Amino acid sequence: MLEVDNINSFYGKAHVLRDLTLSVPHGNVIALLGRNGAGKTTTIKSIMQLVRPASGSITFNGQGITALPPHKIAKLGIGYVPEERRIFTDLTVSENLLVGKQPPREGAVTWTEDMLFDLFPNLAERRSNRGKALSGGEQQMLTIARTLMGNPSFILLDEPSEGVAPVIVEQMAKVIQQLKSEGLTVLLSEQNLHFAQAVADLAVIIESGAQVYSGTLKELNSHPEIRDAYLAA
Amino acid sequence: MEFFVAQLLTGLANASSLFLVACGLSLIFGVTRIVNFAHGSLYMLGAYVGYSFMQTLPGAVGFWGAILLAGVVVGIIGVLIEVLVLRPVYRAPELFQLVATFGVILVIQDLTLIIWGPEDLLGPRAPGLRGVYRIMGEPIPKYDIVLLAITPFIALALWYLITQTRVGVLVRAATQDREMVGALGVNQAVLFTGVFALGSALAGLGGALQLPKGGADLLMDFHILAPVFVVVVIGGMGSLPGAYLAAVIISVLNVFGVTYLPQSTLVLMFVVMVVVLMIRPYGLFGREEVAGEHGQVGEPELPIKPASTNVRLIVMVGLALLALLPLFGSSFAMVLTTDILIFCLFAASLHFLLGLGGLVSFGHAAYYGGGAYIAALLVTHANSPMELAFILAPLGAGLAALAIGWVCLRLTGVYFAMLTLAFAQLLWSLVFQWGSVTGGDDGLVNIWPSDWLNSTTAFFYFALIFSVGGILVLRHVAHSPFGYALRAARDSKRQAESTGINTQRVQLLAFGFAGLMGGLAGALFVFSKGSVFPNELEIARSFDALIVVFLGGVKTLAGGVAGAAFFKGVEDLLTRFEYWRLVMGLLIIFVVIVAPQGIVGSIRKAAIRMNVLKQGKHS
Repeated sequence: MLEVDNINSFYGKAHVLRDLTLSVPHGNVIALLGRNGAGKTTTIKSIMQLVRPASGSITFNGQGITALPPHKIAKLGIGYVPEERRIFTDLTVSENLLVGKQPPREGAVTWTEDMLFDLFPNLAERRSNRGKALSGGEQQMLTIARTLMGNPSFILLDEPSEGVAPVIVEQMAKVIQQLKSEGLTVLLSEQNLHFAQAVADLAVIIESGAQVYSGTLKELNSHPEIRDAYLAA
Repeated sequence: MEFFVAQLLTGLANASSLFLVACGLSLIFGVTRIVNFAHGSLYMLGAYVGYSFMQTLPGAVGFWGAILLAGVVVGIIGVLIEVLVLRPVYRAPELFQLVATFGVILVIQDLTLIIWGPEDLLGPRAPGLRGVYRIMGEPIPKYDIVLLAITPFIALALWYLITQTRVGVLVRAATQDREMVGALGVNQAVLFTGVFALGSALAGLGGALQLPKGGADLLMDFHILAPVFVVVVIGGMGSLPGAYLAAVIISVLNVFGVTYLPQSTLVLMFVVMVVVLMIRPYGLFGREEVAGEHGQVGEPELPIKPASTNVRLIVMVGLALLALLPLFGSSFAMVLTTDILIFCLFAASLHFLLGLGGLVSFGHAAYYGGGAYIAALLVTHANSPMELAFILAPLGAGLAALAIGWVCLRLTGVYFAMLTLAFAQLLWSLVFQWGSVTGGDDGLVNIWPSDWLNSTTAFFYFALIFSVGGILVLRHVAHSPFGYALRAARDSKRQAESTGINTQRVQLLAFGFAGLMGGLAGALFVFSKGSVFPNELEIARSFDALIVVFLGGVKTLAGGVAGAAFFKGVEDLLTRFEYWRLVMGLLIIFVVIVAPQGIVGSIRKAAIRMNVLKQGKHS
């Protein structure tokens, strides 16, 4: 579904992604693992073209997206859930969802506000509250719900378990499993290996901006030396 | 009581146009983060376009149709400005966009002059609304009552658009995080153009609506600018209810001011603004504004370096040529060069504040004009000898800058800039309206230097020594530990503070020092011309300095001086043409789009490319 081929991304002079190659097959949940600073967020931002790769190519369903502006990429059906959540704090929950709303897309679930409130019952009670009044966990749910309003067929989830309470992490895992069962493809960056194990089929480990491992999570479990080399903080 | 009510109603009617223009400006700022200085020009265009439509369309339908059409036409002009001028510079540093809008002001001024001619146009009366209503016995023009009645509906319609529609939700979302809105599939370019069109249309409507009250003239653009900025800042940048409330406050206050304190009408508005900002630093309904928080992208600043041997050599040769000018130049050349030297010092003092301190002052003319007026007042009222006045003027300007800086430096970003502008306008209004002391509009004359400086040549050398000396002192300070602390405070206030720099004090001292140097330039100016008029304190004078600093290159030490020399020279050439503003405006826009590093920055870049100059370590 998504092919990242030999991309190089920079922040100013800092070379963050080095010939990174990555393949996301349709219908899977892929965990993008790696230490702090390995380049997980940059990978996701590069796919979204929020960071423009200096070289290499990215294709989505066979179409090259490297030169497109972010809004066109979103229109193709790629949903982006940023690490810092970036909800609109002065807008209400419902208004936040309205910003994300896009026309229905063939082959993807068409989400409505009510369906999302079923998925995230906490948000239903707070639909008229402003974003700034939400707790961290609620904000995390809102940012996912907002992206789903765009009816994506593929979503980029940047560290959804970061900084939220364990009970929310559990809820988040259930949501991701449900999304997968509805046919969504997910690329999820994670530092929390337990969380990744609960939801992901495949794992890709990156280190210093390059891929160092790719395989199923089961295989990864049987290779503790890889885990220790690249993941133990 | 009757009189009071009548005054109140007139004030409310006057608030109508002011509100429309202000909320257009506020909307544009909220989404695009551009402080659109050309907004007054759009207001002026609205009046002229509306006038032309009213001439051709008949009757009441024609009158109101003309107003709506003026809004539409100005909206379309807004789209042209956004697409042609602003879109190429969205990714440039915020303040560059300001300069681009200065260019637009000049272009529109001359285009209006070309199309509609220099005469003031008397606005047509609204059909069926001639005459007055009697309210509690007081006559109120019928048109005022209509204005007063429709403004709340326009405000309500805008409020509905912003709070209740998806477009409004997107606008508010983009005000907070444009990038995220884009990543959710919204085309920002369309949103920006749309908001700019709407804001422009509102300004155009405002201009056309006030036609029966004020007509159309070529000074409308600058005249509306100050009250509109005051309204937006008092109300809080980006807040519609704030803009409405502030427009009402300012207009009502103005009506009462005319009645009870006619000497203070201009001052009053700025006093209100200063008081509001002291109590509520971000306006009545505004939110805290951090300059550059909204994804401003800029290259990291290059470290400044002492001039290389080559550059020193060039400067030495240039100075030697200047020193020899009286031998071969005409007296006109000496007068022009004196003007340029003084302007260079003025620009260099602003550049010190802006480039090194990152403190964007919109009111630097206060210290330049202030210095000139201090000297002139001392000579006129105290019979002070020229030498004493010349020493006291910069000191006075420096002290004034310390006092004003102490207030302004509590704020940052746009609010800081607006507050400095307000103080400069306050000073201007004082000088303008306090005629018995300052001569008002007639200025102060017969301020000549002492006998030993009375010849053109002698004063030329005097100006040369003090201007070049002042510029060298500014340069020297930039390379001193104080200059390092100032740049540290600019680049990262928190980090600078955690290394033990008292950034507040450093910035205040820099503000005072820049004021002192501006005052020195002003003192040189007044003795070179023998007179001073309030326009040396005007917004336009502050803008002159801002423009040359930006076009010279903010990020290069020599930027202010080079920009001033270049543009004073070009201006002297251009002002001989009838439509020099048009050419100047286009030149400014061209430089902003094509050479955003400014003159010095571009020369340096070219020199690096041609291997004449070594590349800096961080470039």
